Amino acid sequence: MSTHNSALAAACALGLFSSAALADTPNLGKVITPEEVAPWDISISPDGTGLPPGSGTPKQGEAVYASKCIACHGEKGAGKPNDALVGGIGSLGGDKPAMKTVGSFWPYATTIFDYVRRAMPYNESKTLTNDELYAVAAYILQLNGLIGENETMNAQTLPKVRMPNRDGFVTFVPAKPK
Amino acid sequence: MGHRKSKGATIDADVVAGNGLLDRRVFLGGAAMAAATGGITFPDTAAGGPLPVESWMKTPGAPFVPYGQPSEYENKVVRTFTTVPGTTGTGASRTPHHLLNGMITPNGLHFERHHSGIPDINPDAHRLVIHGLVKRSLVFTLDELTRYPMESRIAFIECGGNGQLLYQKEPAQVGVQQMQGQVSCAEWTGVKLAALLQEAGVDPKAKWILAEGADAAGMSRSLPLAEIMQDALIALYQNGERVRPANGYPMRLLLPGFEGNMNVKWLRRIKLTEGPTMTKDETSKYTITMPDGKSLQFVFPQEGKSVITRPSPGLTMKEPGVYEITGLAWSGYGKIAKVEISVDGGKSWAPAALQEPVLSKALTRFRMAWRWNGGPAVLQSRATDDIGYVQPTREKMIADRGSRTIYHSNAVTTWGVSEKGEVKHVYA
Ligand code: HEC
Repeated sequence: MSTHNSALAAACALGLFSSAALADTPNLGKVITPEEVAPWDISISPDGTGLPPGSGTPKQGEAVYASKCIACHGEKGAGKPNDALVGGIGSLGGDKPAMKTVGSFWPYATTIFDYVRRAMPYNESKTLTNDELYAVAAYILQLNGLIGENETMNAQTLPKVRMPNRDGFVTFVPAKPK
Repeated sequence: MGHRKSKGATIDADVVAGNGLLDRRVFLGGAAMAAATGGITFPDTAAGGPLPVESWMKTPGAPFVPYGQPSEYENKVVRTFTTVPGTTGTGASRTPHHLLNGMITPNGLHFERHHSGIPDINPDAHRLVIHGLVKRSLVFTLDELTRYPMESRIAFIECGGNGQLLYQKEPAQVGVQQMQGQVSCAEWTGVKLAALLQEAGVDPKAKWILAEGADAAGMSRSLPLAEIMQDALIALYQNGERVRPANGYPMRLLLPGFEGNMNVKWLRRIKLTEGPTMTKDETSKYTITMPDGKSLQFVFPQEGKSVITRPSPGLTMKEPGVYEITGLAWSGYGKIAKVEISVDGGKSWAPAALQEPVLSKALTRFRMAWRWNGGPAVLQSRATDDIGYVQPTREKMIADRGSRTIYHSNAVTTWGVSEKGEVKHVYA
């Protein structure tokens, strides 16, 4: 990440972020408060920043899944017609095709909350309550064997779930000028 | 119209590589042109009778229309698309490059990749929010942004999954549209992201931004601030008109040279953060899984690449003679420096002419002259960009990265020409 930092330092040195040049822009942005942004501020960092209050268990999640997800992601997350959400742990390397699912591939459990909240259920995204979101995340994690049946997911516990492919990513290095 | 068999040997002076590849200057006039045409024999019969005076030459044409459309005879020049099961709007559409020429993609034919259809956004209700690690969180309307100084940039956008069929064991029997149609090029005009960030006042702790769309998928990606600062544009116009709904109306992020998915459409929010958010589309998708099971993440540049668009599958060559080989080259690292062509499966190569303008991170059209003698031929193009990056062969790409991924395939695409003039996708 050091290249990012040094380039950023260069950008600062060039005055890209200084307020001195502000007069050069029309300066038409209106100040907006956190409360006003809140309905759109739905992204969750891998350390859990942004997770809302609320909680849910795998059992509660099973009910959410049965009514809101099963039609597209199959019985117990097995997939069909859309992505499988369960299975494939240990399948990433080797000769057989990799089975990439939330369980086998996703490095952070927080991404489940972030993604399901913004994009699922496909035909009515952004409609689940926080409790439903924690519950369905708990259910998917439990189906993958990553948490126990009686564990509760909330803003503290979800970021702590250790995903099997947590260390499976390497930052790409672009080609250097020859 | 009878044609005499042309005598290829008479223009030997222009042959620059095996199997009849001719000097690129053959089509550009001047001495080489004269030499080439001097060697070519011409059809011996004329047009075949007096020219007809057609009906359209005698009666007034159609009235004005508010928004013009292509000729009805061009109704096969269309995008093709595939959708994810159970959806009508999640999937991808592809540009018919075999039927186009030049470097600019018409707006109605620009490729698309949507994750929950095309939102129907009322521009008056649309907002762009900049918040997170900034001094002042700001919100902009489209009207307000339209008052900012703008910049235009001709840039390609390519889906990270374009060319993925090259990872298959057997050559897919498809043409250039299905193989390489998820790249397009337009003139994008808009407001520099840097100007808006400056207005908000960036906290030095901020190293990344999260860019998020207003579509039902809330498409979102993390982008390293320092790497996008220079070029990032909030694009409001596409080839002179407002950005098309399918390309992000009323505004999208444009990051020239970077993976298509990062150029977030329907942009509604930019959040400055310390680290990446690790969204679904930068973890579950758009990562390159290597043979050992590790995955390359944050693969930002679309690396140097080219493809021959003509001749290509579906465009049968009717008879031996001189043909133009043309296609497109591009690189997310910069300008195209050189495109080489081979018609003997990579045994010999010669440089193609690059059509001006040659712009950094834009599609570049190349042209080459070829005398096809009617025998089998194997056509390839290989791009080199101005940082010296050379487009890999398929063999090299797979040796380097394996074939456990579908992303960032930039290998040489090969077209085989049969004695009948039929063109097929082959591996060389
Ligand atoms: C109407 C069908 C449908 C329903 C109902 C639905 N999904 Fe999805 N889901 C999809 C589609 C389609 C995608 C792929 C979206 C894309 O390509 O960007 C997807 C993707 C996902 C993914 C990402 C998978 C991966 O590996 O990248 C997750 C996780 C997910 N859905 C969870 C859920 C949950 C949880 C529910 C219920 C709350 C749900 N979905 C309901 C259709 C559906």
